[in-house]
Amino acid sequence: MSSILILGATSDVGKAITFKYASHGHNIILAGRKIEELNIIRSDLEIRFEIKVEVYFFDAENIKTHTTFCDQLQPFPEKTFCVFGYLGNHELAQRDLIESTKIMMVNYVGAVSILSLIANIYEINKSGLIVGVSSVAGDRGRQSNYYYGSAKAGFTTYLSGLRNRLYKSGVHVLTVKPGFIDTKMIEGISTPKQLTASPLEVAKAIYNADKKKKNVIYVISFWRVIMFIISVIPEFIFKRLRL
Amino acid sequence: MMSEILANWGNYPKSEAKLLSFNSFKSASELIENWDHFIPRGNGRCYGDSALADKIVSTLKYDKFISFDQLNGNISCQAGVLLCDIIDVVMPKGWFLPVTPGTKFITVGGAVAADIHGKNHHKEGSFSRHIIEVEILCDDNQVRICSKSVETDLFEATCGGMGLTGIILKVKFQLKKIESAYVVQKKIKVRNLEEAMSMFGQYGDATYSMAWIDCLKGGKAFGRSIVLVGEHANVDQLPIKKRETPYKFNERLRLSIPFNLPSLVLNKLSVKAFNTLYYNKTLSNYSESIISYDEFFYPLDSIQNWNRMYGAKGFLQYQFVLPLDNSYKGLVDILGRIRKRGSGSFLAVLKLFGDQNDLISFPMKGYTLALDFPVSKGVFKFLDELDKVVLNYGGRIYLAKDARMNKEMFWKSYPHLDRFMSIIKKYNPDKQFSSIQSERLGLT
Repeated sequence: MSSILILGATSDVGKAITFKYASHGHNIILAGRKIEELNIIRSDLEIRFEIKVEVYFFDAENIKTHTTFCDQLQPFPEKTFCVFGYLGNHELAQRDLIESTKIMMVNYVGAVSILSLIANIYEINKSGLIVGVSSVAGDRGRQSNYYYGSAKAGFTTYLSGLRNRLYKSGVHVLTVKPGFIDTKMIEGISTPKQLTASPLEVAKAIYNADKKKKNVIYVISFWRVIMFIISVIPEFIFKRLRL
Repeated sequence: MMSEILANWGNYPKSEAKLLSFNSFKSASELIENWDHFIPRGNGRCYGDSALADKIVSTLKYDKFISFDQLNGNISCQAGVLLCDIIDVVMPKGWFLPVTPGTKFITVGGAVAADIHGKNHHKEGSFSRHIIEVEILCDDNQVRICSKSVETDLFEATCGGMGLTGIILKVKFQLKKIESAYVVQKKIKVRNLEEAMSMFGQYGDATYSMAWIDCLKGGKAFGRSIVLVGEHANVDQLPIKKRETPYKFNERLRLSIPFNLPSLVLNKLSVKAFNTLYYNKTLSNYSESIISYDEFFYPLDSIQNWNRMYGAKGFLQYQFVLPLDNSYKGLVDILGRIRKRGSGSFLAVLKLFGDQNDLISFPMKGYTLALDFPVSKGVFKFLDELDKVVLNYGGRIYLAKDARMNKEMFWKSYPHLDRFMSIIKKYNPDKQFSSIQSERLGLT
């Protein structure tokens, strides 16, 4: 069975995607910073699904290490899921360059760095799937989270360009824009139930989108409507809103 | 932080609670550091208020398998793993749960905290008998590993202790060898309580036994029952075409009750009709069949949310045990009172327990009966009266089902509470772990 690579495997969505593909018999490569936690996930998957699971240290921010990271992966995974992200503290980011840079480094620079390496390999192999988990926050800049939002916007644009480039090589790129997800990122924050997806729902949506070769998905389709409305509000009105 | 309205399986009581979860040891430890007076909660399948409090810590995200020794059949997992997931993993390798309650949708942490029992209690005891070790995070934020031979006081107070010693993190226990996913079930229709009880004697060697009992019949048919007895099927007992893949069976159709039914659906008449139908569905007085483990152990799991049958107000499950010597007299007395009130339940389950005399676990040698009562006017007073009867016969009530027992009843009926309290005080001195139930019963 083919193997898949999960970048950011200790995130709730990363775990859910892993679980979904593992339950369909795929072998898994888990990558992330928390090795101890990854090893716990590894034994769990091996016991539950009797598949092959490998664990690798991966730090999105430390882009110098990305080439070495890729070289270790033998044989190379057929599908790559870029799930890591850093929401950060927006208010702090407005004042603190370290925080704002970190948000940009993880969500944009780190993601682009690793996926570019992987994309080149897939292009040579003339097959592969890249799934990037971006965010609806990237659809329009809002005062409450534009650092995170702009990094995700960049990431979304990157994925769209990558899809365009790799199409002729038979490599597919899927952009995922979940709205609210019920994860530790927002635990304790109140979000509208109908608009909040569980990590499991996100994983299912991705699995189905992979099968159907979709390009861009919103996990809960109503988000597409919301983001459409938000994006068509004229700027002279939008700038007055408190969003 | 947001509060939500939570209830356990009985939908009574409902309580506003703040709910947090953890998915690593570190986050569990941070919760203890930063949060006071909460109760750990698994899948919320206890019936009453054991897993309710103003603050609740869910173990459901702490749900990883740690190890599984396929050769010797021992398994170790984090507390939030559900029994249904354990079955899925171990059954294809020829193993099964050593003890299982009537639902597989409980966590292994909950199984320890309630020290659950099943249809094999008379032969194989409760869940705690099969535990190899439990890892628990106590009030002082120290992890302790306890078992029948190490930190025994903590182990004793954790098995059946309803989460009051700390957050159960990991459980390692011994599985049971089986040859197939099937059970050979014998169904015996008996005319009254006396016959039912004699069947438990007659089938004392059977691995699994229990009876459905009709609480509303009087006269000669008082306590008419259907006794179910079971053994795991060996491969050679299976039909030939199933012998190749003995651990495979067809999943049942799942039904669901999507919303709370109006409470008047279940009244004296409809319950009577149901019981009569159920009793008469079994045509012959004796029948034998081979059914899947799912059908045998978890008949109600096929109806999702069956608890909604009792309406939005919820229901109380009343499960008591009486010492063997008093069992017959006591059951006649109690069933008589229920019949007179005409508020019998849909499902009344009778079972003979084997010997057990643990610190806080529910089972003791004797008969146990479990009944459902829709929450209604007068039911609390009635159950208070039943408590007194149970107490007079030397019995007690199962904490995992309880939502209403008063402190006095509890302290008079559980014999080792002084020792239990002293252990709770040792490991949970600041009432870090505390539920609505533990406060009601004067434990925290």
